Amino acid sequence: MQAMQKKYNAIMTGNEAVAVGAKLARVGFISAYPITPQTTIVEKLAEMVSNREIQARYVEVESEHSALAATFASELAGVRSYTATSSHGLLYMHEMLHWTAGMRLPVVMSVVNRALGPPWNIWTEQTDTMNQKETGWMQVYCESNQEALDTILMGYRIAESNDVMLPIMSMEDAFVLSHTSEPVNIPEQDEVDAFLPSLDLKYRIDNNRPMGYGSYSTPDGPFMELKVDMMESMKNSRQTINRVTSEFRDAFGRDYSGMIEKYAMDDADYALIASGTLASTGKYVVKKMRESGKKVGLIRLRFFRPFPDREIVDATRGLKGVGVLDRSVSFSASGSVVSEVKSALYGNSSIPVTGFVAGLGGRDVRVEDFYKMFDYIEKGKTGKYYIGWKEAQ
Amino acid sequence: MPFSIPEQELMEPGHTACHGCGATLSMRYVLKALGKDTVISVPAACWAVIPGAMPNRTLDVPMVYTPFAATGAVISGLREAFDIQGKEDFNVVGFAGDGGTADIGLQSLSGAMERGHNVFYFMYDNEGYMNTGVQRSGSTPYGAITTTTPIGKDRNFKKQNKKVVADLMMAQGVPYVATATIAYPEDLIRKVNNAKKINGPKFIQILSPCPVGWYFPPEKSIEVSRLAVQSGIFPLYEFQNGVLKVTKQPRPVSVREYLSMQNRFRSLDEDDIKKIEKYAEERMEYLIGKEKETQSS
Ligand SMILES: Cc1ncc(C[n+]2csc(CCOP(=O)(O)OP(=O)(O)O)c2C)c(N)n1
Repeated sequence: MQAMQKKYNAIMTGNEAVAVGAKLARVGFISAYPITPQTTIVEKLAEMVSNREIQARYVEVESEHSALAATFASELAGVRSYTATSSHGLLYMHEMLHWTAGMRLPVVMSVVNRALGPPWNIWTEQTDTMNQKETGWMQVYCESNQEALDTILMGYRIAESNDVMLPIMSMEDAFVLSHTSEPVNIPEQDEVDAFLPSLDLKYRIDNNRPMGYGSYSTPDGPFMELKVDMMESMKNSRQTINRVTSEFRDAFGRDYSGMIEKYAMDDADYALIASGTLASTGKYVVKKMRESGKKVGLIRLRFFRPFPDREIVDATRGLKGVGVLDRSVSFSASGSVVSEVKSALYGNSSIPVTGFVAGLGGRDVRVEDFYKMFDYIEKGKTGKYYIGWKEAQ
Repeated sequence: MPFSIPEQELMEPGHTACHGCGATLSMRYVLKALGKDTVISVPAACWAVIPGAMPNRTLDVPMVYTPFAATGAVISGLREAFDIQGKEDFNVVGFAGDGGTADIGLQSLSGAMERGHNVFYFMYDNEGYMNTGVQRSGSTPYGAITTTTPIGKDRNFKKQNKKVVADLMMAQGVPYVATATIAYPEDLIRKVNNAKKINGPKFIQILSPCPVGWYFPPEKSIEVSRLAVQSGIFPLYEFQNGVLKVTKQPRPVSVREYLSMQNRFRSLDEDDIKKIEKYAEERMEYLIGKEKETQSS
């Protein structure tokens, strides 16, 4: 049974919301290194720790590599652990990202999506996380501060499920969410406790059962089997994601509908696939176009890992054209998201796919840009188009 | 003097280390001193390979393998997690090579020591990147031929002095710092026992000769280790509560004798050897000066 939609009881930035999420998840260990625009998350958590609002150890490390190394270690010792970063900090963690996922540790991390230099740029873009797509972490792109808070709670449930056991990164757009206040409902601690039991890591370090954690494997050893198991767990995690998202809806009254969110898709002829806060602007334009009789819709990618391939095939069935919005730099023929969409559709659909690259380095993607994108989609233009790009004079 | 090395064995036979490996003995002694309530974290290094391939192990304590640069941070996380769980008496140990300590891991080591976690960090110093085939590290001494400081046409060798991480740790004010080597196991065990008494970060650098990388016969490991101390090349000291003590006085064994036992020093001419002698003398003077200064204050 679905709970009533809860009333908003706070106004807060996305970064405060994820800090509250970590607190409600009763994380026992936090380690992080500051980087704009993540800083207010870790400042908030440090404050909560020193005010004893949260029973956690906070370790102020000297780099992001160390932040995730310390988080990895405490998780392996059996303590629910949390970290947060952005942009260059995430790149600096890259090696530890693989190590954390490879050891099947259900860490949850908040990432504020920010562009990569050079030139230095602190505004939003998804290249930082798109670069991490093969690290074995699940990826969720949030659209609101409420979703950012709730994803921490759902994230630990999903990651810690026995049939998943993979870490998860939850994204907020720099500034648009991280530093912008929105009304939020903060759930009660006892409701969260009922939804999210404490961590019981089966293979945590135990000196009565000495083991080597992550030693080495020869080509004929278990290496390939371990990697295949990770890939299969990632693929199959959609079942857990769907189950946990609906349990969350039942408990808290907020429905995130699993891997993707469909907006005005029922009888749509044309649709745009987008993620993060660009999806919000997209929805606004869809609403306006619907008012003038255009049958358009929007598919919001929540999860990028696992990639919602079947969900996209289903959601685009019957469309006359689909566009994909990439807010990242990719040197593939198309773009990070659009190439995954095309590979999902291959053999299942023959609709034209239009690729858009927009909003790099935080450049505004305006309402009129969305009209333009829908125009291209309707015209059946395939290929890759830069939107909002000022052609060199 | 009664035999003071604990009988307890926490390292099983069947590991895959090379003959005469000093690093293996270092681990064995450290574990004898620490006992079974211990977790060991090792980065990429010979010690990541010595226990054998999955699912084999050679230690009777949990062992956490980590990326090369991560040791300091990993032991920080482990320490805090065990404390949260009420396991304050659990020994949390980083056990890393000289490359993983002096070079790529120096930042996370320094961070962990500065934050003051109650951890042990052992640097087994075989003076080079041995696991990857004897490349130079910051801890390789002046004069050594390695595969990245090859002899070439100009009788080449490493031209820079050893970066002595124990000295850095002392300068950083780490509460317990010591140097040790496998030729003096009782001294090593005593130092680990002293370190145990300190609730805070502890750093011990153990010179661990490597027959393969230093080019000497494997049966000479202990002898090379002993001569390193007796010639004054690798002084043994202990620094606690701000006081330095040189724990083994060098005997009159010549630096030349130490160098000539190892083929890695075969490029050296008379002037180079004199330079090394001078370096050893100056370092000893520095330590003795520091001993006087810290003991009198
Ligand atoms: C980030 C990274 N860079 C390089 C390597 C390759 N590597 C593995 S072990 C090693 C040398 C280790 O040297 P040291 O720390 O002195 O330990 P030893 O092998 O001598 O025991 C290197 C360079 C690695 N594993 N990770």
